[in-house]
Amino acid sequence: MSVKQFIQLKKEVLIRIIRAFLSGDFANNARLIPFEMRPKGTEVSYRCCIYKERAVLRDRVIAGLGFSIEDDDEITELAQYANRALERKKPHFQPLTIIDIACKGCAATRVFVTDICQGCVARMCMQSCKFNAITFAAGKSVIDAKKCKNCKMCISACPYGAIAQIRVPCEDSCPVDAIEKNENGIARIDYERCISCGKCIINCPFGAVHEKSQIVDVLKNLENKSKGVKIIAMTAPSIAGQFPGDIYQLKSAIIKAGFTDVYEVAMGADITIKNEAAEFDERMKEGVPFMTTSCCAGYNGFIKKHLPDIKKYVSDTKTPLYYTAQKVKSLYPSAITVFIGPCVAKKNEAFYNDNIDYVINYEELGALFIAKNIEVLDCEKSEYGVESSKQGRGFGVTSGVAKAVSFLAKTQSDPVLINGLNKQTINVLKQALREGKCAQGNIVEVMCCENGCVGGNAVICSAKTAQNALNKLLEKSKDIKKEN
Amino acid sequence: MKKIDVKICLGTSCYVMGSSYLQELVDMIPLKFGDKVNIVGHNCLGECVSRGEHGKPPYVQIDGEIVESATIEKVLEHIEKKL
Repeated sequence: MSVKQFIQLKKEVLIRIIRAFLSGDFANNARLIPFEMRPKGTEVSYRCCIYKERAVLRDRVIAGLGFSIEDDDEITELAQYANRALERKKPHFQPLTIIDIACKGCAATRVFVTDICQGCVARMCMQSCKFNAITFAAGKSVIDAKKCKNCKMCISACPYGAIAQIRVPCEDSCPVDAIEKNENGIARIDYERCISCGKCIINCPFGAVHEKSQIVDVLKNLENKSKGVKIIAMTAPSIAGQFPGDIYQLKSAIIKAGFTDVYEVAMGADITIKNEAAEFDERMKEGVPFMTTSCCAGYNGFIKKHLPDIKKYVSDTKTPLYYTAQKVKSLYPSAITVFIGPCVAKKNEAFYNDNIDYVINYEELGALFIAKNIEVLDCEKSEYGVESSKQGRGFGVTSGVAKAVSFLAKTQSDPVLINGLNKQTINVLKQALREGKCAQGNIVEVMCCENGCVGGNAVICSAKTAQNALNKLLEKSKDIKKEN
Repeated sequence: MKKIDVKICLGTSCYVMGSSYLQELVDMIPLKFGDKVNIVGHNCLGECVSRGEHGKPPYVQIDGEIVESATIEKVLEHIEKKL
């Protein structure tokens, strides 16, 4: 697997935004980004012409500065946006935005007969269709879109493989049907339904979906460090493998980038594990049939908006980030806290938690390192104030949370893994709710992203590389202490 | 026969811009080419610094020759040409 081209573009935009900020002439240099990325006479890489390329890049800069592209009037200059970003006190609530001019306006999902159709005598497609949607005209099969129910029986029936389904990747990837299309087929996010899982960000092949970045807010606070403001980074457990070197070198690199100190969110995970294991024991004793985990922000958004009734089966334990931020703010009440993770849904969690001031992702941290010329491999190892446990550090991969709770629980646990929220796995949850039991086990670990947080929307490396790096770290980590 | 030397740059720029994914080559290449190719992850090769803003990380060095905007496919193609 290689990194997708549009992700490279997004990173390049972020690097340039940070460089513009550091240049001392933020507004003007932000304004120039589309022109510097596509100077006069350069080859047109992706779009119809250089002007469209620059227009799309301008929108990517708007998102990188933290604003909604939907609200853009096309008149406001990037320089003005840069100044507004500097003045902003709070990040925007909705973390996702769509570049409408980058959206291809993919045709609605439908089944379609291609030129490969041989107009055969067997007509298996017509026979397979239960809705009489297929007729024969001009030597080929034709599907009547009004009658077709997208059941795809004809696709498997055709011996030539001549029938294809046109897909809409953003819609297909959305687990909660939160993508709607306007009359021109341009995607819009239905924020009432959206759980900010970020699957559309990585699945749109045109890179039309963006996170609204909080990087400028963080940069502003890093500048204030000289005025005595403490700015504390809290790194997600999935960070192992996302950068060269180990997490101890990474700590030094983050401090070099301007942060005061770094805490592992795995530290909070250790508290989550203890509370959740105790809660699990208690619930099982009370005869509750099953309990689901509660650490995934995407899942928590899903519960709130789409399956509130399952709440009674969801652990009341808070997330690792909650406990970490609480601890950090108790140590440094006036500090600014920044969560660094792979996940856009965490921005929603942060919005409702005053202990978490900002959220940036691995791509943004990487862009910060690049803009500040920080070589992680050249950094000294630096110990963490609190060394987290093996189980806490394992939270970022599927099965990590269930294993950790099982490790401390006194009741016999039987884990069920929801490895990625999608229409099928959502049905497993709905069924468990309907039946009041979970046939597969008693502790249900829910990860919104496939492979867990290491499969998040803003990761730098593959889940496999992350797993390998994590395994190395876990070899050296100690088990969480069992209480009597 | 002299082995082909492949160095994947693991400097921060290259890593963030995609050499993280090229680490899969370290497992893939011995299976594909046996011991004809020697592949390692390497500290920053210095290409981003020397090429400045218009550089195209990630970089991979194959027998001293630099491949820019390296992908798994591109690296395999270069190695095959040399064999």
